[in-house]
Amino acid sequence: MLEAVLSKLGLPGYEPEAARQKVYGVIGDFDTPEDLLRAIRTARAAGYTRMEAFSPFPIHGVDEALGAPRSPLGRIVIVFALIGLTAAVLLQWWTGAVDYKLIIAGKPLFALEPSVPIMFELAVLLSAFATVLGMFHLNRIPTYYHPFFNYSRHAGASNDRFLLAIEAQDPKFQADEVVRFLESCGSRHTEVVEA
Amino acid sequence: MNELIQLNLSSLTGRKYWRSLNQLADTPEFRQWVEREFPEGASELLDSGSRRTLLKLMAAGFGLAGLTACRRPVEKILPLSKGVEGYVHGRPLHYATAVETCGVATGLIVECNDGRPTKVEGNPRHPFSLGATNAFQQAMILDLYDPDRARQVQKQGVKSSWAAFEAWWLEQSAKLGDGAGLRILSPRSTSPTLESLKAEIAKKYPQSAWIEYEPVNFDRVLEGARLAFGQPLQPHYRFDKADVILALDCDFLGLDTLSAQPVRQFASRRRPEDGQELNRLYAVESNFTITGAMADHRLRARASDVAAFALALARQLNVTGAELNVVNQPADRERKFLAAVAKDLLAHRGRSLVVAGPRQPAEVHALVALINQALGNAGQTVSYTRPPYQPSDSLAAVQKLAEDLAAGRVSTLFVLGGNPVFNLPANADWAALFRKTTVVALAADENETWKAATWQLPEAHPFESWGDVRALDGTASIRQPQIQPLFGGRSALEIAALIAGRAERRGHDLVRSFWASQWGAEAEAKWKKALYDGVIEGTAFPPVDVKADAPRVFAAVQVALKPAPAGVEAVFYPSWHTFDGRFANNAWLHETPDPMTKLVWDNAALLSPATAKRLGVKDGDVLEISSGGRTARCPALVLPGHADDSVSLQLGFGRAACGRVGRGVGHRVESLRAASNFWFGPAEIRKTGATCRLVTTQEHHTLIEPITGLKRHNIVEEFTLGEYRERAGHGKHESHPPTDLFPEFDYSKGYQWGMAIDLSACIGCNACMVACTAENNIPVVGKDQVARGREMHWIRLDRYFSGEEDDPQAVMQPMACVQCEKAPCESVCPVAATAHSPEGINEMAYNRCVGTRYCLNNCPYKVRRFNFLNWNKDIPEIRKMVFNPDVTVRMRGVMEKCNYCVQRIEEKRSQAKAEGRRPIRDGEILTACQQACPADAIVFGNINDPESRVSKLKRQARDYSVLEELNTKPRTSYLARVRNPNPELV
Amino acid sequence: MADLAIDPRVELNPPLVTGGMTYSDVTDKISSIVEGKAPKQWYIAMAFAVPLALLLFACLGYLVATGIGVWGNNSPVGWGWDITNFVWWIGIGHAGTLISAILFLFRQKWRTSINRAAEAMTLFAVACAAIYPLFHTGRPWRAAYWLFPLPNEFLHMWQNFRSPLMWDVFAVSTYGTVSALFWYVGLIPDLATLRDRATTPIRKTIYGLLSLGWRGSATQWRHYELAYLLLAGLSTPLVLSVHSIVSFDFATSLLPGWHTTIFPPYFVAGAVFSGFAMVVTLMTLARWIYGLENLITMKHLENMCKVMLATGMIVGFAYGTEFFIAWYSANQYERFIFLNRAFGPYAWAYWSMIACNVIAPQFFWFKRFRTSIPAMFILSIFINIGMWFERFVIIATSLHRDFLPSSWGYFTPTWVDIGTYAGTFGLFLTLFLLFLRFLPSIAISEVKGVLHQQVSAGHAVHGGSH
Repeated sequence: MLEAVLSKLGLPGYEPEAARQKVYGVIGDFDTPEDLLRAIRTARAAGYTRMEAFSPFPIHGVDEALGAPRSPLGRIVIVFALIGLTAAVLLQWWTGAVDYKLIIAGKPLFALEPSVPIMFELAVLLSAFATVLGMFHLNRIPTYYHPFFNYSRHAGASNDRFLLAIEAQDPKFQADEVVRFLESCGSRHTEVVEA
Repeated sequence: MNELIQLNLSSLTGRKYWRSLNQLADTPEFRQWVEREFPEGASELLDSGSRRTLLKLMAAGFGLAGLTACRRPVEKILPLSKGVEGYVHGRPLHYATAVETCGVATGLIVECNDGRPTKVEGNPRHPFSLGATNAFQQAMILDLYDPDRARQVQKQGVKSSWAAFEAWWLEQSAKLGDGAGLRILSPRSTSPTLESLKAEIAKKYPQSAWIEYEPVNFDRVLEGARLAFGQPLQPHYRFDKADVILALDCDFLGLDTLSAQPVRQFASRRRPEDGQELNRLYAVESNFTITGAMADHRLRARASDVAAFALALARQLNVTGAELNVVNQPADRERKFLAAVAKDLLAHRGRSLVVAGPRQPAEVHALVALINQALGNAGQTVSYTRPPYQPSDSLAAVQKLAEDLAAGRVSTLFVLGGNPVFNLPANADWAALFRKTTVVALAADENETWKAATWQLPEAHPFESWGDVRALDGTASIRQPQIQPLFGGRSALEIAALIAGRAERRGHDLVRSFWASQWGAEAEAKWKKALYDGVIEGTAFPPVDVKADAPRVFAAVQVALKPAPAGVEAVFYPSWHTFDGRFANNAWLHETPDPMTKLVWDNAALLSPATAKRLGVKDGDVLEISSGGRTARCPALVLPGHADDSVSLQLGFGRAACGRVGRGVGHRVESLRAASNFWFGPAEIRKTGATCRLVTTQEHHTLIEPITGLKRHNIVEEFTLGEYRERAGHGKHESHPPTDLFPEFDYSKGYQWGMAIDLSACIGCNACMVACTAENNIPVVGKDQVARGREMHWIRLDRYFSGEEDDPQAVMQPMACVQCEKAPCESVCPVAATAHSPEGINEMAYNRCVGTRYCLNNCPYKVRRFNFLNWNKDIPEIRKMVFNPDVTVRMRGVMEKCNYCVQRIEEKRSQAKAEGRRPIRDGEILTACQQACPADAIVFGNINDPESRVSKLKRQARDYSVLEELNTKPRTSYLARVRNPNPELV
Repeated sequence: MADLAIDPRVELNPPLVTGGMTYSDVTDKISSIVEGKAPKQWYIAMAFAVPLALLLFACLGYLVATGIGVWGNNSPVGWGWDITNFVWWIGIGHAGTLISAILFLFRQKWRTSINRAAEAMTLFAVACAAIYPLFHTGRPWRAAYWLFPLPNEFLHMWQNFRSPLMWDVFAVSTYGTVSALFWYVGLIPDLATLRDRATTPIRKTIYGLLSLGWRGSATQWRHYELAYLLLAGLSTPLVLSVHSIVSFDFATSLLPGWHTTIFPPYFVAGAVFSGFAMVVTLMTLARWIYGLENLITMKHLENMCKVMLATGMIVGFAYGTEFFIAWYSANQYERFIFLNRAFGPYAWAYWSMIACNVIAPQFFWFKRFRTSIPAMFILSIFINIGMWFERFVIIATSLHRDFLPSSWGYFTPTWVDIGTYAGTFGLFLTLFLLFLRFLPSIAISEVKGVLHQQVSAGHAVHGGSH
């Protein structure tokens, strides 16, 4: 249990399985989004499958190039929206018409019309939480350790550089080959990254 | 030092004073002063923070509770038993008693909770109360617990004792001989026991003199009778028998009668449903009084011109047989009015009534007696009996006293109550005169008289002492105490007994032995019955059959009634706040607005709009009013409908030596009031340039909107009798409110409380407001907070003028929470702190309220009151004894409002349950406002019972709901005001 | 859907990033604000803001200790400046969400350089607004939790969910929460940038923790963009609902002048109107303090001026409609209340409102005013004042003369009213200045995205630096 938590946090000594292998992969560094896209496409053509790109801003086409699936976030949110809606109705009906009945302005103990605002607000509230927490979950954040950070120029990815990693798990992975391959694609600085 | 206190305290009025009491009490000077002027312990008493006080007063409270109980065997006072056998803790006991003001006595019933008198009600058995009270009687209870009452026997300000005083009196009385140097000055008293003591004193000291003086008195009425009949007689009117009433400068519904009887009688003839003919009231007056507001026709006339009017009327009716020469020619409007009135009176011979106010000279009263006789009203609508007290010309008497004092002919002057130094005619400097002799002053508070006295004796409150009174018709009542004197005060009766050298000194023994002497054999039984009933049977005077001597009146009138000089004149009236100054320290009355001006915490010089314009005076401009070298300063207030060239001044303000509430409140006008212009007289008015902030609870708003000039309907409905008959023909008009969006809540079962308020009967006398204040622990907020619109009254009296500004009509509308079935306040409260009871009451859960004030905003009637500050902070412990234990004292930050006296409903409910689960009878539950109402204008009950009085009223054709179109479905509905105008005058 | 970052249809002329900036220039420029020393102006501004904020707490303390009586509120005017300020501040907030959410959905690229600051403004405005619903109550120590559906110790009572004030509680708290989430999610990549540039261990730790280990990987961007889109999609109806519900406080009552169906749209338009005015006020200031001319360009400001003109017209139209309906309804009370607004004791407030809200924005018809910083600064301030008066007029004039003439009154503020209001400005400015100082006040990654389009659209840009 504790193990799991610590490894999730990625504290030294508790790195997850993947990280325990000595090599994470090879990372190359490109000037422009266009160069990056080109490199990805060539790599796919060369048969590499386990790749990850890093960029300071989202780049149109990267997902297609990497052949990544659509994000499931939307479905999660819908569920929570409905939960919020129902909760609101139950709350207002149970408190007003069941648990503590009061004659207020001679109005019905429960009616849908005055309940709408709170139904809406609760639905939105829960959806928003679902969106953010769902995104965190899918992105596995917070995670404070990742082999990517072992790359000497990883900071470029949050500034003006566009990086491509070919990971060790790739069946075709051969460190020196991959290095040569990326340089051939125009990588300015290629490194084998320790896990 | 004294300046300093003056300074501190003068800045303190009402609310402000309560709040800064603590910080005040903490200044060393104040502590000193307190120690010097008050008995020890007083300082703690003022410092409400002190734990010691709390314990002490709790102890005191229980002690007192015990005392009433444990002294009952000794001095038997019997509860007006409501089936209570013995004493049940927490259940209030009700004792009959009686009080008198200016020689007018009323029977009361006082509610005592655990030995604490907490609420005053009228005594239904008493002919002049009929179960109702006026605002002053309701407020008396507060004076009982006034922390500023006189607490300590003093000799020239130095702490002394009753023993010391009695010792002094022993040797002093020895020196008095035939009593040539002995004078006794007292308020008007109707007490038979005191009368017997007076006789004894007169026997013991033949040369002494007993002077009775009241700043507001009815001497001129009795004097008028003497002129007409040769003997001073008390007129008794039957307003319920009169179809046509003419009131000559007579506020017989307001401050010119101090009992409920005339109001009840008058109101009984304003209900068109009752089958009897609606009466018609004509009023001729200078000030716009509530009687004028009830009048069907009103003629504005200076007080001094009323005589001319009476004369003209007498001439028109040819009452003297001889030709009266009318003093000054009336204007057209007056002539028209006069003609119409005369015709109407003649048309109702024997069923009409002419009354004149106590301000009018004796000749006018004589003339009125003659007119009533000529109209055949004598014996019908007016009868005469001997007055309940020995009549005397008090003005002449006090003049004489002044001379004696000046000449040093007085060695000992007893002042048995009242505050003569403050309110004796300004012909003499009384304070100075008092210093020339030994003055023994019995005073309720440390007033001007107390300050000027040698011996200063605390007077017991009427609820603390034994006594007896006679009502106007002679009906006698025993005044039994409700509580042991809180500050060891004694009553005038007891002092008189001391002077007379009686062996028995205690009020109880005095009263008891007097009546024993009257009753002889079955004294014991009669005594018990008298205490129980609050009236003594068979003590009413028989009416005397007298005939007015026309020639004598004629002669007198010809001599006396001179043409009234032109120009401005000043008229003195008692005030709705302090009456004649005796209630100057009563915060409840100060905060209850004047019915016409809606002024609070002040008096003002009332002017007509025209006169104000002519003098270039605005509201709040301080005027200097001078007459015969005497002057008074008073801020002006313009009152629509006031007579031109006349300024109305209210007595009893600007008390220099007074408790913290009343000190420096208002302006003293007594300085202008001499024997010559005791009631009214010519005066000059000058603007001083100074201004004074006057605070009213309501502007002179009419029902006509500004800007649009449209009249607002569905607020006050008024009909003439004609219009009403037409409407009644069609039956109750059913307006068609918008259909509801959702099903009605089912209110068809059980008790469903509702109220009907009759605007035809309501005279706007404030009794309901003060009664509500007393019943529901309503806090006082003070002038400053009222100015900010934060008064707390649960029921208020809305006064609307209609017609032109110079001569408008006015209508009063009591407005409390109307308990809407579809209450707009309820749906907006986020915490459901205000919700409906199944019996249809809109209830407030104070301790659930968070104070968003949303309900206040959404209340179309604006009857909700918010505790903007902690109004109950720093209330002296003794003052807390007046609280009604059945009603929560609200904390800061919560909303409150009328709830139909739900505590009274619950009381009766449990009583009914205890009595074998019987249903609550109609009329068994009286709300505080209903019980106090002298006009019987407020009716409360179960609207599910078709036979209940309220249901019947709600079926009347003139029943309507205020702002009906909002579809709030109020439980309180109103009966439209019906006027009965004379066709010849419209 | 997930490809909003590059959209060929976007109108890129004139460029939104000027001065031939490169990606790293953008990074440097924005990060330097956080990393470098704060300019003199910043300290001057703080010296003004912090004391004001302290005044707010002083006033609130006095209020809670003494009672609502220290304000000018009375009967009949149960609500005075308290609710006026509440509605005003909430309104201010709306522009933030509008810019970040609605303009995002409408693919309005020009929002990028202002949305971050606008969102921050929303948060702080909501914080200021939230003070009033709590402290305007007579017993805030109770209201603090009795207004939430928690089983409480007293009578086990529940709330009355029919009350618009309850709707407010839900709407405002939801609005605050969602805005905060939206804002933070937007911050994550930029916090990562700051983390990577951090030189001191403290900064590294703080920004490291806050950025949650963001790597900017394609996978992360994929989920991130969808999340951002969803939040935008949620915020849009939310922002519309919030002011509608605030307007229900009035619309659902039966008071003439309050009981009005036009309120929801009218309030929302007014909110956007005042919100944009506030953004312009603040942006022109920030631009001046930090010299961000190349990022907050004249195009941004001009667009906002256009929005103000549009919403100003809507608001003006609403004023007209109110009068027409009042007349058309033939309801006496309704007619009176509106005439009373214009010609009664509060006419001064009414006409100031008209001058500020209807007359002032008309200047924006002219490009000269739309493109002059001083002009738009002054006008935006007028609009803020005008919108405050709008709320005051609605609340005070409707309350002070309602149904029964016997109960008519007038409202006069006390020094505590004024102090509390001034204090909220202090709080707002303090928070905003702290934000400028310690967080990237412009969305770095988004600007780069826009810059990238300019590149691909052929605008001159020099490649990344080595």
